[in-house]
Amino acid sequence: MSPNLTLVVLAAVLAGTGTHLLMSRSVIRALLGFVLLSNAINLVFLIASGPAGEPAFIDDGKNGVMSDPVPQALVLTAIVIGLAMTAFVLALAHRSWQLARSDEVLDDEESARIHTKAEANELDGPTAEEEAATIVGAFAEQETSEEREVRE
Amino acid sequence: MIAVIVAHLVAAALAPPLVRWLGVRAFYPLAIVPALSTVYAALQLPDILAGRSPEVVTAWVPAIGLEIALRMDTLSWVLAMVVTGIGTLVLLYCAQYFDLKDEPHLGIFAGSLVAFAGVMAGLVTADDFLVLYIFWEATTILSYVLIGYHTTSLASVGAAKQALIVTTAGGLAMLIGIIMLGTEHGTFRISEILANPMAGPAITAAVVLILAGAITKSALVPFHFWLPGAMAAPTPVSAYLHAASMVKAGVYLVARLAPAYASLPIWKVIIVVLGGTTMLLGAYRSLRQRDLKLLLAYGTVSQLGFLILLVGLGTADAMLAGLTLLLAHALFKATLFLTVGAIDHAYGTRDLSRLTGIARREPVLAVAATAAAASMAGLPPLLGFVAKEAALTGLLQGDSALDQVALVVVILGSVLTFAYSARFVWGAFANRPGLAPLRLVHRPKPLVIGVPVALSLGGLLLGPFSPAVENVIHGYAATLPASAEPAHLGLWHGWTLALGISAAIWAAGLLMFRWRATIAFWQGAFSFSPDLGRGYQRLTRALDRVALEITGFLNRGSTPRQLGIILLTLVLAVGATLVHGVTWPEEVRWWDSPAQLAIAVVMITGAVFAVRARRRLRAIFLVGVTGYGMALLFLLHGGPDLALTQALVETVSLIAFVLVLRRLSGRFPDEQRKSRRTMRTIMGVAVGSVVGLVALSASAVRSMEPAGESLFTRAKDYGGGANIVNVILVDARAWDTMGEIAVVLAAATGIASLVFIRRGSLSRARKRLQQPREVRAQNLQGTAPSGESRWIAGGEVMDPNRRSTIFEVVTRLTFHTLVLWSVYLLFAGHNEPGGGFAAGLVAGLALALRYLAGRRYELAVAAPVMPGLLLGAGLSIGALSAVLPLFFGSPALRTWIFDLHVPLIGDIHLVTSLLFDIGVYLVVIGLMLDILRTLGSALDEQIEQEQERKEEAQERLKERAEEKA
Repeated sequence: MSPNLTLVVLAAVLAGTGTHLLMSRSVIRALLGFVLLSNAINLVFLIASGPAGEPAFIDDGKNGVMSDPVPQALVLTAIVIGLAMTAFVLALAHRSWQLARSDEVLDDEESARIHTKAEANELDGPTAEEEAATIVGAFAEQETSEEREVRE
Repeated sequence: MIAVIVAHLVAAALAPPLVRWLGVRAFYPLAIVPALSTVYAALQLPDILAGRSPEVVTAWVPAIGLEIALRMDTLSWVLAMVVTGIGTLVLLYCAQYFDLKDEPHLGIFAGSLVAFAGVMAGLVTADDFLVLYIFWEATTILSYVLIGYHTTSLASVGAAKQALIVTTAGGLAMLIGIIMLGTEHGTFRISEILANPMAGPAITAAVVLILAGAITKSALVPFHFWLPGAMAAPTPVSAYLHAASMVKAGVYLVARLAPAYASLPIWKVIIVVLGGTTMLLGAYRSLRQRDLKLLLAYGTVSQLGFLILLVGLGTADAMLAGLTLLLAHALFKATLFLTVGAIDHAYGTRDLSRLTGIARREPVLAVAATAAAASMAGLPPLLGFVAKEAALTGLLQGDSALDQVALVVVILGSVLTFAYSARFVWGAFANRPGLAPLRLVHRPKPLVIGVPVALSLGGLLLGPFSPAVENVIHGYAATLPASAEPAHLGLWHGWTLALGISAAIWAAGLLMFRWRATIAFWQGAFSFSPDLGRGYQRLTRALDRVALEITGFLNRGSTPRQLGIILLTLVLAVGATLVHGVTWPEEVRWWDSPAQLAIAVVMITGAVFAVRARRRLRAIFLVGVTGYGMALLFLLHGGPDLALTQALVETVSLIAFVLVLRRLSGRFPDEQRKSRRTMRTIMGVAVGSVVGLVALSASAVRSMEPAGESLFTRAKDYGGGANIVNVILVDARAWDTMGEIAVVLAAATGIASLVFIRRGSLSRARKRLQQPREVRAQNLQGTAPSGESRWIAGGEVMDPNRRSTIFEVVTRLTFHTLVLWSVYLLFAGHNEPGGGFAAGLVAGLALALRYLAGRRYELAVAAPVMPGLLLGAGLSIGALSAVLPLFFGSPALRTWIFDLHVPLIGDIHLVTSLLFDIGVYLVVIGLMLDILRTLGSALDEQIEQEQERKEEAQERLKERAEEKA
């Protein structure tokens, strides 16, 4: 089967631009990148499924070659899941704005700390329980500051 | 026999509510199940004595030849009696041992214990290796639950995990062995395989692997360390699982395989070396323990080694002795554990250096426990003595070097056993002058004393009646080669050499007990522990360490970096395969139709400018352009369903984006450093190239016919629809769709929980919906300015400045048409473009229209239900349509086609998969409503509240300024 070059180039561009946006720190930008990437992947399904054809409906009066329906069914579910994902990330962006008045993803301090610890080969730090208490404490504080902000 | 197992499992499921209802007394009704099972097993005795083996075979998964086969021969009968009989007594003991107020999880505990009795009964009667394996692992898991019963204790949880990992590792080795054995023989039926065992290197390997399972389960060296750790469990569990039943599973398996495989040279080496070492090492370490429970645990390790040595040796005499010892051990060890439990419960300690005066205060218990310990030490007239005599008689006739080794080990081990038995009695019941008398914490109840007494009595009675025991056991022992002068069970065989050895063992044991202080000193001076316990700890520690290192290395807390690593893996892994051995297409087409090129150019422009856009709205619309372009491409490709769905989804996404955009700044946050942007560009080019090359090669590597080919013919007569894509979604691949709507439901729930995060906001939203429609309408009218025209219900409560009459009119005119269209799409979708997904999206768009025209009031009137209800109902309908065909004997999700003739309407072609599509429809509407409710209504409300607060604050400031003035 010969691939459709126009669609191949289009898929490549969508994937490239999608990647560029996905690696941004803005949640909305990353989400747009995700949408572009999933469009690119859906397109790859289409390319791999072969040439265009008649719609895949059983009809006795038709005489063209039908397009392959299986990848279409896969892509259809992917589109709907994409919508659910988009809405979920939008809710995340909203939450991020509520907490920090910005949709920027900041670095996770906890992970950074684990990294420095692992680098420094130091294991006798505070115990897991103490760590958990610290995290919970910080989180509770954050909640209250948010409440305060809303009150003001 | 199946009924026995099922009854246990049902009782286990009933246990938690029973415990809630009856408290600890729930153990009485629960004990009825194993008690009846014991009676059932006992009733099989005539069959067993006559040499018949009752069996049941039920097909389970016929497609792979899996069947539930249960069979009760002599060996199974002995173990089944031990498992159910001791199970009954332990449950009775529990009824008076536990205090409900100290035990919050007693329901789960009781359930697990009863379930354990059931699966253990299944294990010893299973006649199919795979069924046996399932029961085997079930006991492991239940043991994990029961050891880790004190969920807040770190030691308890750690011990449970250790037991689980060690025994499961052995179990996995065993599974491989079982599969090898089954594949070689062409069957998994144990009785068939053992009746005609094959030979060869593969069989030998399989048997060794199965032995690995038995060795870990029965806590043999070098895996014995998990058993003392398991003593963290409550004492009844230790008595039942870790002395009488579960650890015997390995002994059972060795006894089961011995007639067929004991002649393998490696078998005997493994059995004698590991069994012997375990017997000596366990007994040796038992001598040092101060905790009575640990003393018994090491004693159990030792006895398990002894048992495996006997039943695995491969002679009729050793098997006779081994099975007798198994019976004796179950009786005396359960007695001793329950005694320790009673003492610990009553006086709050089981440390032998603190116990004093127990014999005087609990005389009945003391007598029972002493009798049990005497049985363990091998003193007449108890069953333990009978077993040991038979073992010595049998071993004395051995001729190979390994037999000599076994004899020496058994004699030495018995001396040690005598010493620690004596030490146990001394430790538990001796008077220790100078110690403060112990305070009574709980008065021991009758059964806490009675159950150990009954068990001990069993060991006492079976001694004199041992010829009767032999009568039964002989049936299995006779399957092994007999010796010239076969051993018999009994108290008196004359002045034999075995009796002389026994006497020597008692004397040596007494001396060891006499010099226990000296021995303890030397043991302390030369402590050695050749077990893998430390290795296990080092291994788990190292695993944790590696996990930390990898996490630390890969995760530095930056999401873009994280994504970069994932994408880089994609580029490198896929790129590497692209460089090597990929067939490239011999020819390419430029396009299928020139229109594709035009659309592609527009989409590429949109995508590139979306990357460069600084304003959010612009970027969103540019990405939207690519989305609509996709819809057109789908249409050109021959997928009208896809095109319809894509266009609808794109529209909904745009609405959702714009709704959230109300809360965000107009521009994206400032770009980071230029180096990062360059980095992103490089990544983009790399990923784009890889995706393009994959797409290019994908169509050339196809070697099979497309899976859709067969559907061209079968969709209509089998799936009942002409729209093949829809038939795939709701029939051929309906399980995929089911999983997908479950994902949609999870995402919708996530959205709602992120927005309704504040306490009470969700219940407030629900309450508002629950108001009757009229009240709501009155409320709306009450606040509405009078005299306005009403195109939509919620229009009147809106800010007049934000209303658009034309929009309201359009909404009024199109809403019902849209809903009608969506219903049409739903019903027509099986034959025409449409289906549940597209139909749900259209209905959702109709709702979105109502929302945009009249805001949240309008939405509440248009769809006065919570989205959760729609989502749940949709998934339930989908599940129902999957299950329904099962009741008619068809596979799940099977489609039925009905052609009905309805008067006045005409012929109706009804396909049952429509029900499934309705489920999909409801889930998609639920998602849409959820998006509108949360990103729309809830955000509206938050914005309004903030506005009000701001105004109030300003007013207050103004007032304050006036006051000052």
